Amino acid sequence: MLDVINLSGAEIAEKISSKALTKEETASFFKKRIEQFDQLLNCFVDVFEEYPKSCGDSPLSGVPIAIKDNICIKGKPATCSSKILSGHKAVYDATVITRLKQAGLLILARTNMDEFAFGSSTETSCYGPTRNPWDRSRVAGGSSGGSAAAVAARLVPFALGSDTGGSIRQPSSLCGVVGFKPTYGRVSRYGLIAFGSSLDQIGPITLNFEDCAYLLNIICGSDPKDCTSLITENIDYAKSLHQECKGLTIGLPKEYFGQGLDSQVKDSLEEVRSLFQRKGVSFKDISLPHTEYAVATYYIIGSSEASSNLQRFDGIRYGLRSGCSDLKELYFKSRQAGLGDEAKRRIFLGTYSLSSGYYDAYYLKALKVRRLINDDFQKAFKEVDAILTPTAPTAAFKLGEKIQDPLSMYLSDIYTISANLAGLPAVSFPCGFTKEDLPIGAQLIAKSCDESTLIKLGSLYQDNTDFHKKMPPLEKYIKNG
Amino acid sequence: MVDKKTVEYVAELARIKVDPEQKEYLAGQLSKILEYIDKLKQVNTDNVEPMREVNQHRNVLRKDEAVSFSGQQDILNNAPSRFETYFKIPKVIE
Repeated sequence: MLDVINLSGAEIAEKISSKALTKEETASFFKKRIEQFDQLLNCFVDVFEEYPKSCGDSPLSGVPIAIKDNICIKGKPATCSSKILSGHKAVYDATVITRLKQAGLLILARTNMDEFAFGSSTETSCYGPTRNPWDRSRVAGGSSGGSAAAVAARLVPFALGSDTGGSIRQPSSLCGVVGFKPTYGRVSRYGLIAFGSSLDQIGPITLNFEDCAYLLNIICGSDPKDCTSLITENIDYAKSLHQECKGLTIGLPKEYFGQGLDSQVKDSLEEVRSLFQRKGVSFKDISLPHTEYAVATYYIIGSSEASSNLQRFDGIRYGLRSGCSDLKELYFKSRQAGLGDEAKRRIFLGTYSLSSGYYDAYYLKALKVRRLINDDFQKAFKEVDAILTPTAPTAAFKLGEKIQDPLSMYLSDIYTISANLAGLPAVSFPCGFTKEDLPIGAQLIAKSCDESTLIKLGSLYQDNTDFHKKMPPLEKYIKNG
Repeated sequence: MVDKKTVEYVAELARIKVDPEQKEYLAGQLSKILEYIDKLKQVNTDNVEPMREVNQHRNVLRKDEAVSFSGQQDILNNAPSRFETYFKIPKVIE
């Protein structure tokens, strides 16, 4: 059999279409890898025995894909890695799933995540944490940690995640893969279990920008079932692959390179800049002066929306029920038993900021600061085509290091949050390794609806580097027991 | 500062039971988070319009037309307790 492990999704599809490989062989290859290695990583919460039926054709036909556990696949469990949704089976397909099926992809498995996507380390999952394939004592990042680690470990060619404040990009950075958050509204969220409705966006996690572009072609597009869906022309993102970038200007916001940024990450970003410069891209120092307030703004808005969205988990229509003497007790006890600590913390924070007496001081204030953060970007994009920043302040941190200190965990999203607040497309891609051989990620942010520029720049970068081809040393764990 | 009483009040609003020994702990954690969030007070937001929509985006509504749906049984199967085609809850009327 072919050496499938070194093939991208698009390359696998090519082999399938030229009959060098069958769909069944491909699926069983990845299933075997999952069987062998996932006990070390805990990326998956469910590997399907029976695949959802898919038909149709695309440049990714026949290729297996894994789906984050907050996206509905009809007939399969969808639990957001929360006890409160235990036993819940999706009764319909999310629009992205319908689109993947129509493109002929093979939906292989569901991936682990922070409970309801609340977290930056996948440690709040009711199924236990996902580990980083580059170093098992470290986190995979989060909340789409299962998806990112699975792709990095080549347990699946690519996956879908969701990104509310960095949940696709930060784990992709920590695991050394490409994680893309499209413009708010670009991908339908019908069938994505909601966290922060003004922030959430589904996106692909892949090994390279080719697969990223092909997956975007499949999942992007208007959807009457999502009232926040953007009505735009379909764009062929693959046309932006392997293009010249001469004449483009990238902004470097000084607020993203200051205190708290690991020096190895900073040095890697400097290398990214010089590579782009050699390819004819200009750079400009810019300022996004309200960056300092992004995390605080995000935690008010995100938690407020979450507290509202999570009201539906009340022990009546699905999931866990506890306490049965009267209705009020049923609500209180089901939610106490079913929701984890971080979910409760966010619901409390959100409920508090929305409660009368505090609404103006917290929620309304946060909406105003959000406007200022948004205006910073609008202003910057008058001068530059994209913005380059680190994705995360450090490489992967140790399991347990931040879980007891919510605030320090929140601050690990400091560079990714602003793109969600402003609804902008952004991508993280591997750009180096630390001395400990942990991946480092760079982030590019573009103006609204300009995903193509990100694909163009990212693809140019990968045409000239090999960081995305390096494999995590999983075999070493098997050998050492 | 969030105290024990505030935690009780918020817990009531959020319909989450909190064990007595957890209240102080939760109050401490929320206080610490809010203390950080208080930095928003430094920002001058006079005459700033709150940002209520992203990308100047307004809700796009589809036509309100009935479509058939065959998943009724699947939905009921998800319920922890049911009676025929109803979700079952504890008695609410004496």
